[in-house]
Amino acid sequence: MSKATDIVSPDHAAADHDDHHDHHIPKGLMRWVLTTNHKDIGTLYLWFAFIMFLTGGAMAMVIRAELFQPGLQIVDPNFFNQMTTVHGLIMVFGAVMPAFTGLANWLVPMMIGAPDMALPRMNNWSFWILPFAFSILLASLFLEGGGPAFGWTFYAPLSTTYSGDSTALFVFSVHIMGISSIMGAINVIVTIFNMRAPGMTWMKMPLFVWTWLITAFLLIAVMPVLAGAVTMVLTDKFFGTSFFDAAGGGDPVMFQHIFWFFGHPEVYIMILPAFGIISQIVPTFARKPLFGYASMVYATASIALLSFIVWAHHMFTTGMPVAAEMFFMFATMLISVPTGVKVFNWVATMWRGSMTFEIPMMFALAFIVLFTIGGLSGLMLAITPVDFQYHDTYFVVAHFHYVLVTGAVFSIMAAVYYWLPKWTGRMFDITLAKWHFWCSLISVNLLFFPMHFVGLAGMPRRIPDYALQFADFNKWISIGGFAFGLSQLIFLWVMIKACRKQGEPVSSQVWEGAEGLEWEIPSPAPYHSFETPPVVK
Amino acid sequence: MATTSHTALVGKLVLVVVAMFGFGFALVPLYDVFCDITGINGKTNETAATVYAGEVEESRTVTVEFITRTHTGMPWEFRAQTHRVKVHPGELNTVEFYVRNPASKGMVAQAIPSVTPGQAALFLNKTECFCFNSQPLNAGAEALMPMRFYVDPQIPDDIHFFTVQYTLFDVTGGNDGDKKTNPFLTSFVEN
Repeated sequence: MSKATDIVSPDHAAADHDDHHDHHIPKGLMRWVLTTNHKDIGTLYLWFAFIMFLTGGAMAMVIRAELFQPGLQIVDPNFFNQMTTVHGLIMVFGAVMPAFTGLANWLVPMMIGAPDMALPRMNNWSFWILPFAFSILLASLFLEGGGPAFGWTFYAPLSTTYSGDSTALFVFSVHIMGISSIMGAINVIVTIFNMRAPGMTWMKMPLFVWTWLITAFLLIAVMPVLAGAVTMVLTDKFFGTSFFDAAGGGDPVMFQHIFWFFGHPEVYIMILPAFGIISQIVPTFARKPLFGYASMVYATASIALLSFIVWAHHMFTTGMPVAAEMFFMFATMLISVPTGVKVFNWVATMWRGSMTFEIPMMFALAFIVLFTIGGLSGLMLAITPVDFQYHDTYFVVAHFHYVLVTGAVFSIMAAVYYWLPKWTGRMFDITLAKWHFWCSLISVNLLFFPMHFVGLAGMPRRIPDYALQFADFNKWISIGGFAFGLSQLIFLWVMIKACRKQGEPVSSQVWEGAEGLEWEIPSPAPYHSFETPPVVK
Repeated sequence: MATTSHTALVGKLVLVVVAMFGFGFALVPLYDVFCDITGINGKTNETAATVYAGEVEESRTVTVEFITRTHTGMPWEFRAQTHRVKVHPGELNTVEFYVRNPASKGMVAQAIPSVTPGQAALFLNKTECFCFNSQPLNAGAEALMPMRFYVDPQIPDDIHFFTVQYTLFDVTGGNDGDKKTNPFLTSFVEN
């Protein structure tokens, strides 16, 4: 959208500048502990997210190993429940959200022509409390009685009456994750509001910046509600309150209302930045400007607003009156309109473009197709009478893994491959990356597509055993799961090679069709960029 | 210069965060008020309703069903003496519930009603109910607890049948005054 035609310092001057500053970068571990540099913090977030992705993935492997065949063979049911719970929590709060925050740290300042994030010290804090949150959560698995086993949605009374003592650790770790997200979101908002380069007007901002701005507002609106919900669980369990206990005047169904008031905007927190990423990548490799820029911005804002009035579609089976079920059904279906606008715009951007299929584009195309499949199964789930059959089956698991794995996670991989040469200054190993893409694409569909079938046939989720007729499908699902898990080791390999600065040096533009401020600074991006703001025309 | 503008914006954003944390807790009384007005979660009146003075609608009949259960860990025997009763809207009826405490110590119970379909809850008016208060019972003792009610003639024509379920909870932990109480709900403080 925007192109800085008048950068104050030319490339080689910027590089000299960079050398000068390099002397002040502390070496060793303390550089990373004390850093306030947005690029360092972005890198920390991304590596943290990747480690959590592999950790949560290892738990998924335990789940799939147990479900490889019917019957109980590898883990006991209580540990199985801990695995599903902690897998969900880690993937949501430890992998997807920190990965997006890491991308925001790296890219938002470079995209709007700012020298750094607005609040660098808070930035350091918001990252460094995360490892503590997840250490607490993971440590709870090794305590007597085990970790949380009530599902990532921690419904009362499972989390209040029937949970173990580790619930306190769960609550505190969620508090810390929430504080981290809120600080990150405040930082993004202040950076975008106050630090845009001269001429970078609202409607010139790259879509990744727009989607992150809207995501940040969602975060500060709903993460505090989650903090409230876990606090109520804590006091119900340990301090004798009865928020969710009918005997004391509370209501367990109210838990679900409060949780999903957070939970539904949360799923858009995990997909809006993905929309932004795809909207950056598709125009580059179609060599055409994004079709319908303004409609993309408005569609993102509409999705964000609508996300606050659809929460009870997660609760159709709780016995709501018909009028409420109708309202939430139609409000949910309404969301497919702005989402459809986005998919349409991406396709229209590619229409008659000079398309090439570099690795980021392949992930972006896979995203568009597979996310749409997840969106369509979401529409099916939105239909109230149909949801009564699908509720709590593997169909739901298939749906949200299509939107979160082939949606959010694929977009993160696309983003990493797209901007990695800018970060390291060198092209990553394309052959390995192709292996990563094709292995992931095939295995992820083998993993999640048959879940639709077993779900429709009635296989319940979160159960370590199943009826014999689901055995064949589950075997294939597990094989797909192991293959998808192993495929991510190729990704790890590509990343390690890239961080060791192997590969061909790249130009500052990196990709032929790339436009935007971040492609006008040298590759690798200097430690300090845009110390003098560029002028955007 | 830049720092000042950051501070102002950060201040506003922190205010939003604090307000939303408060809103999370405000949802608790809001939920209660909302359900109270609309009756959508099947909660009935928690204090005695005034006796209906208008005319009884002899032309309509509504069937009211009573079911009982005890909460997990509650040893009492608890059953409705009348399982099903046909009533005319506006007519005052009395049904009785039998309880027995088989435990070797005195216990206190609290019954919580729930109406299905929820819309009917608004039209079930209880003038007297054992569920308005907690019920103490000595070891081995038994009792018949009455419930007097009428169905509001305002009840929509399409509701011909509804179910009232009572769940009996063990609240022996303390007397009425220091029962486990939700600080944001006044439901049982009034009793």
